Amino acid sequence: MSIDIAQFHQVFFEESFEGLEVMESGLLDLEVGQPDAEAINSIFRAAHSIKGGSGTFGFTAIGEFTHLLETLLDEMRNGTREVTREAVDVLLLAVDSLREMLSAARDGADFDAEAVAAVHAKLEQQLAAGSAVPVTPAVEATTASASASASASGAAGGEWTIAFAPHPNLFATGNDPVRILRELRALGDSRVQADLSGLPPYAEFDPEACYVRWTITLDGTVEESAIREVFEWVEDDADIHLERASAAGAEVPGSACNDAVDEAVAAPALTVAPPPVERRGGEDRRSGERRAGAAGGSTSSIRVDIGKVDSLINLVGELVITQSMLGQLDDPEHVDFDKLREGLAQLERNTRELQESVMRIRMLPISFSFNRFPRLVRDLSSKLGKEVELKIVGEQTELDKTVLEKIADPLVHLVRNALDHGIEQPDRRAAAGKPRHGTLTLAARHEGGNIVIEISDDGAGLDCDRLLAKARERGLVGADEHLPEDRNHELIFHPGFSTAKEISDVSGRGVGMDVVKRNIKELGGVIDIQSKFGAGSTIRIRLPLTLAILDGQLVRVGDQTYIVPLVSIIESLQVDPSRIKSVVGAAELYRLRGEYIPIVRLYKLFGIEPESSSLEDGLLVVIEGEGQRAGIFIDELLGQQQVVIKSLETNYRKVDGISGATILGDGTVAMIMDAGGLIALNRQAHKPANPSDNVKAA
Amino acid sequence: MANVLAVDDSASMRQMVSFTLKGAGYDVTEAVDGQDALDKARAGKVDVVLTDVNMPNMDGIELIRQLRGLPQYKFTPMLLLTTESGTDKKAEGKAAGATGWLVKPFNPDQLLATLAKVLG
Amino acid sequence: MDTSMNAQSIELGMTDNVGNADQYLTFLLNGEEYGVDILRVQEIKGWMPTTKIPNTPEYIRGVMNLRGAIVPIIDLRLRFNMPAIEQTATTVVIVLKVESEAGERTIGFVVDAVSEVYNVSAEHFKAAPDFGSQVHTDFIRALATVDEKMIILLDIDRLVGSDGILQAPNASH
Repeated sequence: MSIDIAQFHQVFFEESFEGLEVMESGLLDLEVGQPDAEAINSIFRAAHSIKGGSGTFGFTAIGEFTHLLETLLDEMRNGTREVTREAVDVLLLAVDSLREMLSAARDGADFDAEAVAAVHAKLEQQLAAGSAVPVTPAVEATTASASASASASGAAGGEWTIAFAPHPNLFATGNDPVRILRELRALGDSRVQADLSGLPPYAEFDPEACYVRWTITLDGTVEESAIREVFEWVEDDADIHLERASAAGAEVPGSACNDAVDEAVAAPALTVAPPPVERRGGEDRRSGERRAGAAGGSTSSIRVDIGKVDSLINLVGELVITQSMLGQLDDPEHVDFDKLREGLAQLERNTRELQESVMRIRMLPISFSFNRFPRLVRDLSSKLGKEVELKIVGEQTELDKTVLEKIADPLVHLVRNALDHGIEQPDRRAAAGKPRHGTLTLAARHEGGNIVIEISDDGAGLDCDRLLAKARERGLVGADEHLPEDRNHELIFHPGFSTAKEISDVSGRGVGMDVVKRNIKELGGVIDIQSKFGAGSTIRIRLPLTLAILDGQLVRVGDQTYIVPLVSIIESLQVDPSRIKSVVGAAELYRLRGEYIPIVRLYKLFGIEPESSSLEDGLLVVIEGEGQRAGIFIDELLGQQQVVIKSLETNYRKVDGISGATILGDGTVAMIMDAGGLIALNRQAHKPANPSDNVKAA
Repeated sequence: MANVLAVDDSASMRQMVSFTLKGAGYDVTEAVDGQDALDKARAGKVDVVLTDVNMPNMDGIELIRQLRGLPQYKFTPMLLLTTESGTDKKAEGKAAGATGWLVKPFNPDQLLATLAKVLG
Repeated sequence: MDTSMNAQSIELGMTDNVGNADQYLTFLLNGEEYGVDILRVQEIKGWMPTTKIPNTPEYIRGVMNLRGAIVPIIDLRLRFNMPAIEQTATTVVIVLKVESEAGERTIGFVVDAVSEVYNVSAEHFKAAPDFGSQVHTDFIRALATVDEKMIILLDIDRLVGSDGILQAPNASH
């Protein structure tokens, strides 16, 4: 039978990437000089597993590379090698290389062969420097067996005489002489002779001991190595003697019995020499996709805690009970309203619990994303010459797997930004009376139906004056216009807005923040920044726990019902006519706490017949999208509820101002508004046809 | 059909071994480490033990040592799955009572051949 | 009449595909009979109110909830510039699978009434003359005569694709 082991590859990759995580965090935590034995052991075991698996599943280059790591780690755990910072650094680099190689193997892509070879060389260097014994390739077995067969083949093909005398305790290792005899006989023509002379008197007979000896004559064409292989497991538990009759008839002793010949049972799979690291060129993927393989990346499967599955099963059970209870109420004669009400309440509870339970299955702790940061912060702060302490809070906070995957890159950018532009050089900090080392805190928590992620630093904070100057330069803000502080800070989310005097290659050319904001928005979330010049900044991201559901406010315009995402609503208010300001030929504005926001007459934009076109008859829902605010004029506020987001684009296409649709309780469809899109649509509708205005377009 | 206890902390290895053996008609019990294997071996008799060496919560060698102490497993074939090419693990394994070993990497056919040998 | 143009008329639903004959589901619209490839028909639903999509042409009535899926509904009368009428007892929505560049879409079409299923083989097709009529000939696959009736066979993919309703709105900045 031939089994295609490729089917196990995915699991191998998943567990290998997990193993790399274990190795990396273990290495980062390792106390140089006073290493914790169990810690080294678990790092070793992770490397060992990867090596074993890669050999089994045919990834020889990876196996050979890992073997070097394993050897280093083995020596460390034995105490024969010192754990130095240099060694840890090399091992960390090796983990990076392995990650690349594994990703390449999994995706059928290329990796940077030169970079990997460089790390390979460093590993060898470490091995050579630390111990007197030169690097041992994983192949002594082959060479040993080669020499054994060489000696045997010297003699010509006379018949073998094999004396096999098991020690009394042979059975205790689960070995069976019959099996050995059977295997010998399978090698060629043979005769077996048993010697029962060793049997003790019946009274002293121990059924668990072996007293019988055998002499086997075997066809001379059989190689000595093949015979040795049969006895391999029992060498120490038996006396074995081989003799071969020479072609001329004289007896020639074979190689001495019980030689420690290390013949690998599975010889073909071993490589004879370390294979050249395949020189496939490929882009340097180190900066970009380090963690693509980690739990996240492009895997389409998920590991679920069995407890979550059990709870789901229980809830379905309760649902079945509720259903049968409601079914019993089906009596045309008499409707028991109380029972019906009770049943419906139960049904609502079951559905809600089921929904929460199912959503939880797709959720993973944010630690999967946060885990990369100790390493990143260590490497980056080192590179920048800054001292940074990383604090992580709430890493067990769970969120949807897809959201987790998509938040990964934005988080990296924000952390890099904080390190690059936020936290100052130690000297500057000292001069400002701050401790030399800066603190970067990553925190996550649940709030309402959302997850809140905060990245705070005690660095330089945002310089409002500089931001304002830049914005004026770009024509985003009028020369006389003054922005309140929070609006000022939001400027950094504007495209092309980087005030860093030197654009460092670390965090890019200011293309980052607006992309980050867009990514967050696509996930249905919001991002804002609070900062105090000189003291530090905190970036806060709020994301829905799941992509498919949002908390919505139902509103009515005319006879149409729309959903406004709660996350976009600032407030709702009754219109005060005295605050309305009409600009001739252009938009209507409403004065709200010192700022003027445009009024969006939704019925005009969407072509609906409103209940009233008079602003004071209705309400204004103040929304925020894309950093801008507006007031949507509606007829009535209806309830709030969680809605399942359905895409319009599946069967139709994207519609401006609408982010999707949902199905309400009565089976009808309601459109979900897109705050940013709506505000843009409104601006478009009121735009005078003046080309010079395009400069201001965001 | 014979019942095999397959012990390895690596899920991919366990899967591969399990799939191979089941395909050949064996019954397979999987365990993720030495302690798990010991518990399962105590709960129900197995005919053969296939175990990795390096595992958390009791390694393969200690597992074999413990199993040999149980009367029902005195003579049961127990094989170590090892990547070590050095002799010390094998010697240590034998001293603990291992029947023999299978060196990783091995392919499914080699696994089946070895098992067939051992179970007769 | 050219007898060679007669095609088989088959009972609704039960028929084997004979040679290269295609089956068409026919429906009535403003007194004329139209046909669509039966393989594209997902289902036929009774008329139900739709939810309007803002800023769309009038012939797009809106969207409907089809077992949890959001399906756009096109009023063919309005699409073909025929006079609009109130729903009648026979008004139905034929839900079709439409192929576009962007993949397969499920779209519903409001028609006056459903008619029959016919087998029509390609050799019985007649090219559509230029009616100068309400129906643009681009998406007429062919004309066929069945039981002395003339049926206008539509190419539904072309119909939906040609007016660009499935294309994303242009970025207008």
